Amino acid sequence: MSKKIKSLEDLRKLRQEKEKLTSPREGDNIQVIIGMGTCGIAAGARDVMLTLLDEINRHNLKVNVTQTGCIGMCEKEPLLDVVVPGEGRITYGKVTQDVVKQIVSQHLANGQIVKQNVVGKIEE
Amino acid sequence: MELYRGHILICSGTGCISSGANSIKAAFEKQLAEKDLSGEFKLIETGCHGFCEMGPIAIVYPEGTFYCRLENEDVETIVEEHLIKGRLVKEKLYNPPHSEDKIPSYKEIDFYKKQHRIALRNCGYVNPEDIDEYIVKGGYEALGKVLSEMSPSQAIEEMKKSGLRGRGGGGFPTGLKWEFASKTESDKKYMICNADEGDPGAFMDRSILEGDPHSIIEGMVIGGYATGADEGYVYIRAEYPLAINRLKTALAQAKEYGMLGENILGTGFNFELHIKEGAGAFVCGEETALMHSIEGKRGMPRPRPPFPAVKGLWGKPSNINNVETFANVPVIFEKGADWFASLGTEKSKGTKVFALTGKINNTGLAEVPMGISVREIIYDIGGGITNDKKFKAVQIGGPSGGCLPEDLIDLPVDYDSLIEAGAMMGSGGLVVMDEETCMVDLARFFLNFTQDESCGKCTPCREGTKRMLEILERIVDGKGQDGDIELLEELGETIKTTSLCGLGQTAPNPVLSTLKYFRDEYEAHIHDGRCPAGACSALAKYVIDQEKCKKCTLCTKVCPVSAIEGKPKEVHKIDPNVCTACGVCVDTCKFDAIKKG
Ligand SMILES: Cc1cc2nc3c(=O)[nH]c(=O)nc-3n(C[C@H](O)[C@H](O)[C@H](O)COP(=O)(O)O)c2cc1C
Ligand code: SF4
Ligand code: SF4
Ligand code: FES
Ligand code: FES
Repeated sequence: MSKKIKSLEDLRKLRQEKEKLTSPREGDNIQVIIGMGTCGIAAGARDVMLTLLDEINRHNLKVNVTQTGCIGMCEKEPLLDVVVPGEGRITYGKVTQDVVKQIVSQHLANGQIVKQNVVGKIEE
Repeated sequence: MELYRGHILICSGTGCISSGANSIKAAFEKQLAEKDLSGEFKLIETGCHGFCEMGPIAIVYPEGTFYCRLENEDVETIVEEHLIKGRLVKEKLYNPPHSEDKIPSYKEIDFYKKQHRIALRNCGYVNPEDIDEYIVKGGYEALGKVLSEMSPSQAIEEMKKSGLRGRGGGGFPTGLKWEFASKTESDKKYMICNADEGDPGAFMDRSILEGDPHSIIEGMVIGGYATGADEGYVYIRAEYPLAINRLKTALAQAKEYGMLGENILGTGFNFELHIKEGAGAFVCGEETALMHSIEGKRGMPRPRPPFPAVKGLWGKPSNINNVETFANVPVIFEKGADWFASLGTEKSKGTKVFALTGKINNTGLAEVPMGISVREIIYDIGGGITNDKKFKAVQIGGPSGGCLPEDLIDLPVDYDSLIEAGAMMGSGGLVVMDEETCMVDLARFFLNFTQDESCGKCTPCREGTKRMLEILERIVDGKGQDGDIELLEELGETIKTTSLCGLGQTAPNPVLSTLKYFRDEYEAHIHDGRCPAGACSALAKYVIDQEKCKKCTLCTKVCPVSAIEGKPKEVHKIDPNVCTACGVCVDTCKFDAIKKG
């Protein structure tokens, strides 16, 4: 199959399709930060993160995923923060794999906060 | 397509590869596989970031953590600590001069903070071997826009409006040059990219080709459309194998995607591009010599006119631009000529890439807006002089350039102010010198280079530079004579005005500019048999600092040739005619009072 791009339109389409190629390098994406201190990992943070990545892929979102160490709220682990540029930072606690699916489809994809798991909020 | 959690960008420019980037990459591959992280992190080889001295370099995204001076053992620590637990590995972060700080983020490093990267926009950021990454960064859109929305003359107008001037040395307005080529009627025209990069110490063109080859292809195709050329050559020195390979890969991909060849982007425009490897003679960077070399002849310049825009490669109208010039072209069409023209100074628009070398803490490649001062480049970006020595001078513009002394350190760097001060933008080499550099010796070094590289076609350049070099060698050897300075000036002026090509016309610049600003150093060599910088071994005699000398007589006792005069309570002196510069007294003095000079 020829890969020829036949017009400026097609070039722009290809650009959109391939956006994920560099998206972890862009600074202006939504950011999700997972607590990966010892307690976090013990509480299942790694599985949460893997589910998160799968879900982000499934919804085709541009989101950056990073981790952080213990932040001193171990009883609420696994912890996960969502930072939407310009909108402050929401901390979620007791994030199970089911909760993470909700966070992705509601908060990341549609801007709707998953209220029952919010443990804190920092305005920008 | 899978989204990766993180990207690990391994700098794989020539600099970092020579300091071990390939084995760092292999170590990451192994660690990622062992820890089952290969699906979460993607390894990407990039081109040069400019900070080669800090290599091997790896940047971990999304955080943008800059790890430098990596060794194989560090990789396991980074994978375990950073990638798995989210903790930065502090020991491998960048540590700026004069500070205990460790700087985690790429963007927070002073070396990068004051830069404005246009020509280097993608270098160190995209995978140069993946056309898709270039496209995601907006690549080839400018080409699409120009081909489908602009006429060639509109494209030329836009270039003229941008104010872009050639980055290969002379600084001729690019739009105007394109217009000349476009106006010559011909069935066949050529667009040529000068990637000869002959200036010693310069590596900006190589870095762009290694780090972002598609930007050159895109710039050349746009230029071809604007001037009416349907064929192009990249003339690149054979000593740049990595750049050649990456360019070849990029050419093949561009062809596959229809960015080269027939009917580009469905617009009916055709353009073919070839690579020509040059053998690496400096004079082959001169445009008429370069074209001779592509034609398979010996690379010798010819008189102009006729200019290449009228009669160039194989007698056909041709346009030659430098690599960095072409790298700017797509951005100008993407963001608009007005945007570009808003950067820089009145007569020098945009940015310039400099290769910082010499006695400066952060050596490397830095792209800065035109008009920035020499001081900002040296202190804010370059991190100041090594070992906190005193700044003495800076040589700008390589062998065709000149030296600027300390009192011109606030000079804004642009084409015209540099020329006025007796230096030159050249390709952007910037060599920083401290008090221990002898300016006569420096001039000799550059003249030796140009003398060697003279093609020999015209007498003033061939014979004149040889004579000048002989005189300089004599002075450095302590055998300078009365009248040598005047002779150098006379020869220099004559060679400048009577040589056929730019090589001869600029060869005397380093000598003339050092004579202008550091004449006393020449005089000290000739009349006092002294090298004030203490660098010329034939003249490097030791002197006693009269303030620091405690009159202890220790040095008089150790001097094997009794060159030191001095009684207790009298300041000591060294007789330069007797001293053999053995250095014994320096090691003996407890008060640091004896120095070369
Ligand atoms: C002796 C000599 C060597 C040169 N070497 C180079 C070189 O290595 N690379 C380069 O781009 N231009 C070099 N130039 C300048 C080119 O001849 C030419 O002016 C330039 O490539 C034009 O491109 P620009 O208008 O984009 O700067 C050299 C000129 C002379 C006289
Ligand atoms: S000026 Fe020098 S390099 Fe240029 S043509 Fe004459 S001899 Fe050759
Ligand atoms: S350098 Fe050697 S010869 Fe010269 S004064 Fe010192 S000890 Fe004597
Ligand atoms: S080659 Fe790696 S920073 Fe230059
Ligand atoms: S000052 Fe005399 S020995 Fe050092």
